[in-house]
Amino acid sequence: MALLEVEKVSKSFRGLRAVVGASFGVAEGSIVGLIGPNGAGKTTIFNVVAGVLVPDSGEIRFGGRRIDGLRPDQVCAAGIGRTFQLVRPFAGLSVLDNVIVGALKRARGVVEARGHALEILEKLGLGARRDLPAAALTLPDRKRLEVARALATRPRLLLLDEVMAGLRPTECDQMVEVFREINRREGLTILLIEHVMRAVMALAQHIVVLHHGEIIARGTPEKVVRDPAVLECYLGEETEV
Amino acid sequence: MPIELVVNVVIAGVLTGLVYGLMALGLSVIFGVVRVVNFAHGEMMTIAMYATVVLFAALQLDPFLAVVPVAGLFFVFGTLLQAAVINPFITRPEHSQFMLLVAIAIIMVNGLLMVFGPDARNVQVDYQLESYAIGPILLDKARLYASAAAVAASAALFAFFKFTRAGKAIRACADNYLGAKVVGLNVKRYYALTFGLGSACVAVAGCMMILLVDVSPVLGPAYTLLAFVIVIVGGLGSMGGALLGGVLIGVSEALAGLFITPSAKSMFSFALLILVLLLRPQGLLGRKP
Amino acid sequence: MNRRGAVLLAMLAAALILLPAVASNYVLSVATLILFFAYTGQAWNVMMGFAGQLSLGHSLYVGVAAYAAAGLFFHFGIGPWAGVWLAVLLCVVLGAAIGFLAFRFGISGVYFALLTIAFAEFTRIGFDHIDWLGGPGGLFIKVEQREHMDLLDLRGAPQMFYYVMLALTAGAFALCAWLLRSRAGYYWQAIREDEQAAQALGINTFRWKMLAMVLSSALTALAGVFFAFYYNNLFPEQIFHISRSIEIILGPVIGGVGTLFGPILGAAVLTILADSITELLAALGIEIPGVKQVFYGVVLLAVVMFLPHGIWPTLARKLGLEGRR
Repeated sequence: MALLEVEKVSKSFRGLRAVVGASFGVAEGSIVGLIGPNGAGKTTIFNVVAGVLVPDSGEIRFGGRRIDGLRPDQVCAAGIGRTFQLVRPFAGLSVLDNVIVGALKRARGVVEARGHALEILEKLGLGARRDLPAAALTLPDRKRLEVARALATRPRLLLLDEVMAGLRPTECDQMVEVFREINRREGLTILLIEHVMRAVMALAQHIVVLHHGEIIARGTPEKVVRDPAVLECYLGEETEV
Repeated sequence: MPIELVVNVVIAGVLTGLVYGLMALGLSVIFGVVRVVNFAHGEMMTIAMYATVVLFAALQLDPFLAVVPVAGLFFVFGTLLQAAVINPFITRPEHSQFMLLVAIAIIMVNGLLMVFGPDARNVQVDYQLESYAIGPILLDKARLYASAAAVAASAALFAFFKFTRAGKAIRACADNYLGAKVVGLNVKRYYALTFGLGSACVAVAGCMMILLVDVSPVLGPAYTLLAFVIVIVGGLGSMGGALLGGVLIGVSEALAGLFITPSAKSMFSFALLILVLLLRPQGLLGRKP
Repeated sequence: MNRRGAVLLAMLAAALILLPAVASNYVLSVATLILFFAYTGQAWNVMMGFAGQLSLGHSLYVGVAAYAAAGLFFHFGIGPWAGVWLAVLLCVVLGAAIGFLAFRFGISGVYFALLTIAFAEFTRIGFDHIDWLGGPGGLFIKVEQREHMDLLDLRGAPQMFYYVMLALTAGAFALCAWLLRSRAGYYWQAIREDEQAAQALGINTFRWKMLAMVLSSALTALAGVFFAFYYNNLFPEQIFHISRSIEIILGPVIGGVGTLFGPILGAAVLTILADSITELLAALGIEIPGVKQVFYGVVLLAVVMFLPHGIWPTLARKLGLEGRR
């Protein structure tokens, strides 16, 4: 049984069908990539899983338990962490305080949360900048902060929404390494939406391709990039490699 | 209770309500376009009323004539206020904007208090005491003329937005700030223009209102709240909604004054505001936020 | 807080405690007023600065609490220490009701502010019609001999009221300082910055916002009870008026919303300056109503335009105190 099971999920917005009958699973300890052209419905699926949206039909199961219809904070309590496509740091708080907010979910008090937060900041290379206001960070650092904050809630599954966008290739590689590390060392399951193919190919063990709200292909990265249906839907689309 | 009395009270409420509607129209236009909450709206109305009183006292100028200079003055003032003071606040957090206008409102109200004192003032023209009689229905001349002027002003504003180039440009700015800038519209100038127009509306409403009620400085905050109630009930951003809301409030106030005690009439308006905020925040004619 | 800050705070505390020994009754009354606004400002700050909800109807809680305590005393002889429980209970219910309505229906920002104004105004007019509590003519508590102090019924000399208010203000300050460093503080700040992001981190934003509402209204209730027994007369027109609500926020806005010292500093600056201006004008023979309020307006305008974060953050930097709060 997969850790996350999305079963026949559909979601429309005022007649626009964003996701149609999507079904896929994410095995525990794996890294799954969700790709597809813009407007394919990837973030909608994320938002449904994360509890921001309620699916029109279908079920979402996490660890065997149904989570569709739960509030976002309940989804986090169940063990799913997420980042946002456009990073949303708590601008007025320091880097450390940002992560403490996340760490407080599982910690008994501020002191324990602080310790955990410091650990995570080190892991993501933000230790030196911990007292800076979050608003003062560069984009790559903001992305790292976003990830650190989500990690602080000790998730079993991490949803990453286009976290590589805007990063230079070296920065991208660094991020990839961080995720690989955490996945390998702690068994963190990762589901990521990405346009940056470099990252997808490097990270994902399994890929699901979305187009016009429907899943048109799935499989290993090597298999998927050769799939004619996938190539067709990307023709004319710009993808970073 | 004789039905004629109720009918007359309702009609009076409708007529007064149209003047309220014009006042609220100014607020709706300002909020709908510039997205600034003009917490000094009622105070501006009060200043307009005082201006009319002064012009009447000094020059025997009938309020319907005073409309021209007062509205013109307010147009200029509103434009300047927006361009010089309010504009930098568009990007600031909401409570900052609010506080700015609260500060301006406080200065306005108490400035009036300093200049004119707390006692009520009014204008006295002949037609305030006359009315037309159509069967059992009595139409106060002053109220009738005032509401007619309110409707005319509203129609003029409506026509401006619908048919003139500037009006369409302003609507574009309201609908899509970024898009308007991309297309090359000078959004700042149109914001200032809009604030000026909204202020002119308030000015006209004030000139008309002084024919119906006495003015004192404390009316400022009361009218601000009233304007907000009307705009929210009628629907933010909807011009027709402002007028409709105004009429509704005018009638409900009149009826509340008749059936309950006069002092309780505002209570009804506030209860209505609470209900609308909770159940239908887009108001009667507004778009869903 | 760094060493310098601690020293300054200790000096301030000492000065405040020793004030009655050296000050005239008049100065003491001004000081009590400053503390009153510092306290209510701090209470309001919990809702605005901690949970990001702009309330412009806080006079509702002051008024309801004042009338509750005064009514009990007037009709049943129940003293303020017992009456305060009813006052707090009523305000907690009101705060929870307004919060529930607002958050369940997704009302925020300007609309929330208008909602709070509407509630206060509705209550103001309503109380005008409650004859049992005096109606528009007002409710008067008998002012007794102020020579001997009766802490139980809060009858006494200005010194007593000063210390009561000082204790309340110090208590509120300590509570907020403690809260800011606790889980609640972190969560409230997160909610204020970005509610959706906060939810993604597992924060039940509804519950925490309700907590801020209820805490804010409960704290304000204490000020209301004090008000009743200090001024001894209550008029719906005055106590529920929107000017009271605005007075409450002037301190924090001028001093610095969301900061610990902001409300206190703002209240002090405003009251002292306002009083000086009134004194100055009186000395010059000018006694025009409205001057003080125009002054308030101008100060507020200046602060909002040029010191958007309030006076405190800038002052703290200049004094070399620690950056955060």
